[in-house]
Amino acid sequence: MIQFTVEDRDGTRQTLEIPEGINLSLMEVLKASEYNILATCGGLALCATCHVQVLNGLDALAPAQDAELDMLDTLPDADSDSRLACQLRVDERLEGGLFRIRGAEQ
Amino acid sequence: MITTDICIIGAGPVGLFAVFEAGLLKMRCHLIDALPQVGGQLSEIYPHKPIYDIPGYPAINAQDLVDNLMEQIEPFHPTFTLGERVDSLERQPDESFIITTNDGTAVHCQVVVIAGGLGCFEPRKPEIENLEQFEGKGVAYMVKNPEQLRDRRVVLAGGGDSALDWTIFLANVAKEVTLVHRSDTFRGAPDSAEKVFELAQQGKINLVLQSTITSITGNGHLQEVNITAKDKTVRTLEADNLIPLFGLTPKLGPIADWGLSIDKSAINVDTTDYSTNVERIYAIGDINTYPGKLKLILCGFHEAALMCQSAFKYVHPEQKLSFKYTTVNGVPAF
Repeated sequence: MIQFTVEDRDGTRQTLEIPEGINLSLMEVLKASEYNILATCGGLALCATCHVQVLNGLDALAPAQDAELDMLDTLPDADSDSRLACQLRVDERLEGGLFRIRGAEQ
Repeated sequence: MITTDICIIGAGPVGLFAVFEAGLLKMRCHLIDALPQVGGQLSEIYPHKPIYDIPGYPAINAQDLVDNLMEQIEPFHPTFTLGERVDSLERQPDESFIITTNDGTAVHCQVVVIAGGLGCFEPRKPEIENLEQFEGKGVAYMVKNPEQLRDRRVVLAGGGDSALDWTIFLANVAKEVTLVHRSDTFRGAPDSAEKVFELAQQGKINLVLQSTITSITGNGHLQEVNITAKDKTVRTLEADNLIPLFGLTPKLGPIADWGLSIDKSAINVDTTDYSTNVERIYAIGDINTYPGKLKLILCGFHEAALMCQSAFKYVHPEQKLSFKYTTVNGVPAF
């Protein structure tokens, strides 16, 4: 099992346990876990509504590709620890991570 | 005034295929799309990506699918308004509609089909107190006519290509240019970033890095922009114009004000015919939602077929609908 923690917009934290080899993105897992995420573009790194701040475990993640970096560049509220959840595969690299949900609700 | 049976908003794959299904039932279609070409996301975002889940095609490039759809609907001579965004919808006394675009193009139709996909791309707005209050009063999200900024004090915000490009351009036009960026680096085109640093060194622009705009003030028109740095220090700049450039994000746009039942930016529909809560308005493809919804092109195709069976009664109220297979009937062009 892969374990990581998610902090919702109101500060509530919850640890999720996801089976290995599930082949889902963090965005998909967050949606399936009933978090309020629009994910309008469905994972194309186009809408940034799945923006998360990685409070712990940033360095362990696979580096962002150009499409993600370009999108993060345009966000008013992104920082050096920002990622798009749709571009993060849920695998052992997320183990122990702490992700704060930042994406717009509307 | 353009007159048609069905006005389809969105010329992506699902909107295009709806023309075919409508044509089989002798209904004419006009399509409106905010993009300058047909194909929606397929042509705009991933024209060269293969799609693997179109029935009958083990793999097909997105643009090829669009081209094939255009060939498939050719017998029904659809008409197009491209590069314009749908603005208003007016119900007529006979229950038909007149749709008007932002450029003033008017379309009279019996039925409206919203096949808008992700929606239309609108500027992303930063979280700044009072921001909307100053829209059109010094705050704009794009530069339409740079001459209007001549000899003005302009503050730009953002770190992408357009923020860099406009900073460089306006350096020679505006009286004072300030670029505010949350980071101290720019990932945009390296040449543009270098030029911006150069202009700052020469004193031709002000570069405020590691900072964000937190509030703005003014008396009827923008007067001051308050900027907070990462170290929490606040500074105030006098400004005539503020242009936040934070890219585009897909939104429903004016459709959101048409009285439709909406859930999280998607339009609720009845799955028997993909009708919305407003009579004669249907929603198909990625823009609709219902229990079990899958955002797949093939699902959109199915929705288009069922929608047309239902829309028929509004377009040809005097006729009885009889279902015919293309294998029996062919494609009765008109």
